[in-house]
Amino acid sequence: MWDWAFTLEILPALARAAVITVEVTILGFLIALTLGLALAVCRIALPWTRLPISLLVELIRSTPLLIQIFFLYFVGPSFGLTLDAMTTGVLAVGVHYATYCSEVYRAGFESVPRGQWEASVALNLGRATTLRDVIIPQAIPPVVPALGNYLVALFKETPLLSAIAVLELMQTAKIIGSQTFRYTEPITLVGLFFLAMSLVSAWAIRRVEAGINRRYRR
Amino acid sequence: MSEPPMVSFENVTKRYGSLTVLDGLNLTISRGEKVAIIGPSGSGKTTVLRMLMTLETIDGGVIRVEGEPLTHTERQGRLVPANLAHIRKVRAKIGMVFQSFNLFPHMTALHNCMEAPVKVLGLSRAEAEARAADLLEMVGLSNRRDYYPSQLSGGQQQRVAIARALAMRPRVMLFDEVTSALDPELVGEVLQVIRKLGEEHDLTMLMVTHQMGFAREFADRVCFFYEGRICEEGEPKAFFQNPQNERSRQFLRAVLEAG
Ligand SMILES: Nc1ncnc2c1ncn2[C@@H]1O[C@H](COP(=O)(O)OP(=O)(O)OP(=O)(O)O)[C@@H](O)[C@H]1O
Ligand SMILES: [Mg+2]
Repeated sequence: MWDWAFTLEILPALARAAVITVEVTILGFLIALTLGLALAVCRIALPWTRLPISLLVELIRSTPLLIQIFFLYFVGPSFGLTLDAMTTGVLAVGVHYATYCSEVYRAGFESVPRGQWEASVALNLGRATTLRDVIIPQAIPPVVPALGNYLVALFKETPLLSAIAVLELMQTAKIIGSQTFRYTEPITLVGLFFLAMSLVSAWAIRRVEAGINRRYRR
Repeated sequence: MSEPPMVSFENVTKRYGSLTVLDGLNLTISRGEKVAIIGPSGSGKTTVLRMLMTLETIDGGVIRVEGEPLTHTERQGRLVPANLAHIRKVRAKIGMVFQSFNLFPHMTALHNCMEAPVKVLGLSRAEAEARAADLLEMVGLSNRRDYYPSQLSGGQQQRVAIARALAMRPRVMLFDEVTSALDPELVGEVLQVIRKLGEEHDLTMLMVTHQMGFAREFADRVCFFYEGRICEEGEPKAFFQNPQNERSRQFLRAVLEAG
C-alpha cells in the first residue's frame, strides 16, 4: 500500500513545493496585515473613504477566493495587468484576507475607549500621532488571536493556487500523481505537512500573543 | 486697552438634537482666576469644559481664549470656522484632567508625561524626561515614574494625569470632577495637588466639582449652573453663606443633607 522508496523519491519535489506554499502564506499574510490595517485606518481617519471601502470589502468577501484568483489571472491581462502565477496568487490571497483583517482591526479600534481619543485631543496630539502612539498599540494586542486565525485560514487556502498552476504543494502532488499514477503518498504527505504547519503556527501565535500581552500589560 | 480675558464664552449655545444643553452662556474668566462650577446633574457643567477643550462642537456663539476665537477665525469682521492648525494653536493653551483619568495604559507614568511634549512641542527626549520627572515630583510620584497605570492606585493615576496635562504648560487647566471616581481615602491626595497648583498665580483653573468644601476654600468664584444657564455666581463665601437664588438654595440644601 505505502511505498517508502517512492516516498523518499518524491520528497525533494514536495519540499520545494512546501517552500512555495510557505512563501505564498507569508507574503500573502503580510499584504493582508498591512493592507487590512491601512483600510481600517482610512475608515477612521478619512470619513469619505468609508463607503467605497465598505463596498470593496463587501464585494471581496461575498465572492469566492477561487474566482478572484481566476479573475486576476485570466481577466487581469485584458486590463493591462499581466502578472505571473505566483504574484497573482500572493496578491489575490493577500487582498482577500486584507478585507477580513480590516474588519478585525476595526473591532480592535472600537475596543479602545473614547477617553483615549479625548485625552489625545486634550494633549493636542495630531491625528497621525494619536493613531500611531495611542490607539494602534491598544487596538492590536486584543485582536492578535483573531488575526492569527486568519493566518491559519489563509495558509489552508493556498492549495487554491494550484488552479493557476502555481507550483505549491497541492499542484506538485497532483503533477506527481498524474505522472506516476500514485496519489496515496503525495496527497498524504501534503495533508501531513498542512497539519504540522497548522500546529506550529498555532503555537507561534500563542507565543506572539503572550509576548504582546507582556509588553503592553493590559 | 486692557488685556483680553483669559477665556470668554459669548452667547454660547449647545444642543443635542432637540435638547438645548447650554442656552446662550456668557462667562468671562480672567487670567489666574480659579473658578468652581457646581450644579445638579445634567445642568451642562461637563459640556462647558468639553467645548473649551474642543471635544464638543458649539452650535451658536463663540468661545475666545485670550481674545482669540477658539474654533473660528475673524475674516472681514465675520467669524468663519477655523482650520485645524488654528484650533491646535489656540487649544495648546488649554489642558484637561478627566474624571476617568484616561492615562495611556501602555505607557509608564513617565512616558505618559513625555509623549505630547516630544511629539507636539518637539522637545528632545532628554528635555521632556526632565520636565516629566519634575512634574511627577511635584505630584509626589517620583518613585512611581516607571510604573504602568494599571500598577497605580486611582489617586496616583489622577496625579499622573495632572502632571501629564501640566507638561504641555497650559495657561488654563480644566478639571471635570477629577475626584469622583476615587475611593474616599484617595480624594485628599488629589485635592492637595490641585491646591498646590492654585498657588501658581498665572494658571487659570476651571473646575467642575461636587466637593463644596473644596470649592469654598479654593475658588475665587463659584458659578452655579442650572438647566444650561448660570443661575447664580459670586464669591464663594457669599455664595455658600447666603445664596440669593431659590434654586441655589435648594441645591445647597440637598447637597448638605446628602453629606
Ligand atoms: N453626547 C450626548 N448626546 C446627547 N445628550 C448629551 C450628550 N452629552 C451630554 N448630553 C446631555 O447634556 C446634558 C448636560 O450634560 P453634562 O454632561 O454637561 O451635565 P453635567 O452638568 O456635567 O452633569 P453631571 O453632574 O451628571 O456630570 C445632559 O442632559 C446630558 O444628558
Ligand atoms: Mg459632568
